[in-house]
This record gives sequence, C-alpha cells and structure tokens, in this order.
Amino acid sequence: MSRYRGGIGQWSWMFHRITGVGVLVFLCLHILDTFLIVLGPEHYNAIIAWYRHPVFRVSEVGLFACVLYHSLNGVRIILFEAWTGLVRWHRQMFYVQMAIFAVCMLPVTYLMLRPVFGR
Amino acid sequence: MATSSALSSAYGRPKPTGGLELWSWVFMRVSGLLLLVLALGHLVIMHLINSVDAIDYDFVARRYIGWFWRSYDLLMLVLAMVHGLNGLRVILDDYLHQPVQRRIAAWLLYGIGGALTALGIVAVVVFQPPSSVGVP
Repeated sequence: MSRYRGGIGQWSWMFHRITGVGVLVFLCLHILDTFLIVLGPEHYNAIIAWYRHPVFRVSEVGLFACVLYHSLNGVRIILFEAWTGLVRWHRQMFYVQMAIFAVCMLPVTYLMLRPVFGR
Repeated sequence: MATSSALSSAYGRPKPTGGLELWSWVFMRVSGLLLLVLALGHLVIMHLINSVDAIDYDFVARRYIGWFWRSYDLLMLVLAMVHGLNGLRVILDDYLHQPVQRRIAAWLLYGIGGALTALGIVAVVVFQPPSSVGVP
C-alpha cells in the first residue's frame, strides 16, 4: 500500500480501499452461494449452514463493520466535496464518524454474536 | 482552486473534468448513497431483524413469491458489482502503469466481474419458488 503524508486523511482513505475490496470479495462469494438456490434446497441449505459456524458469524460482524465504515466514510467524502469549507473540521468530522460507527457496532456485535454464547 | 485540490488529495479522488471518468466519478457517489440504504438495509434485515439461523431455502422461497424483494436484490446486486468493479479499476490504475498490464487487468476484471454479475442476475430472475411454499 502506498503511504502519503500520514495522519487521518491517509488512514481513512486506506481503510476505505481495504473495506471496499473486502466487501467486493465477499459479494463475489455471496453470488456463488446464492446461485445454489436455483439447484434446489439440498444444495442451498448445505452451503447456508456454513454461515452459522462461529467463525463465519464473527466474519459476518466484520462484513457489517466493513460496509458500515465504507458507507460512513463515503458520506464524509461527499460532504467535503459539496462544502469544501468543511475541510477545516476534517479531524472532528472523522471523530464523529467513528463515534457513530462505534455506537452502531456495539449492539450489532452483541445481537449477531449472541447465539455463539448460547443466548 | 487551492482548497479543493488540497482536499481531493487528502480525501477523495480528484473530480475528473469530463468524459467517461466524470461519469464514473458521479456514478460512484450516486450508487454509493443508494447502496448505503440497500446494502445496510439488507444486512439489518438479514442479520438483525432475522438471523442466519432463520435463513434457508424456504425463507428465500417465501421472500421471492412477490416481485418486491427480487427487484430490491437485483438493483442492489447490479449497483454493488458495478460500484465495486469500478472501485477496483481505480485502485489497479494506481498500481499498474504499463499499458499491457492495465489491459490484462481490465480483461480479467470485466470478464470475471461480468460473469459473476450475470450469474447473480440469473439466480434472482430464474428462481421459481416451489408451489408448496406460501400455502399456509
């Protein structure tokens, strides 16, 4: 990965790329597993059962986090482009973005991982 | 404009001045906002309102009796694949500099990406729920 001037701008940009590629890779696999629905219940149910494995459940929380980060960061980029004056508050805006991210991910993680702990 | 170029280099891709690249730039923003609703909505519906314990063949079959969720999935699929492939193209352009490398990468990207998108469209459009589903 290229590194430029460092700081929040560079890291948020790098995470935008990493989460984007990650979601694209999952989407490609998800198309393949979903296609099995055409072949019948025995094939589709067999592959979907994988999603209930604890390792997959943790990965699904990671997928949720990637989509949420990429969405929030994308909105921040659009806001900057629409109102260039906002660049003065770029640090604060990133902190707000990450606060929203954390507030969303706490209940999401709890709800999605609850079955792993038998609740 | 000094502010906007400093901003672009720090945050997003510089806005192209015209042609296909401008359309690509606009598409990424419009599809991104639509996908924010569609993809996050999909995750909330599948993982929070329902869960992977509830999803199976019958679940999908019941969902696909009507046209609403089929259209939702179809729109999300096409927007996400074009958005993702176009994003990967922009990333690859940063790392591949020789024209021959870019050509091979583009062929692979559009070939594999196009085939997967077509496969997804076929699944959403062709799937017929068995007649037993939906009968109480």
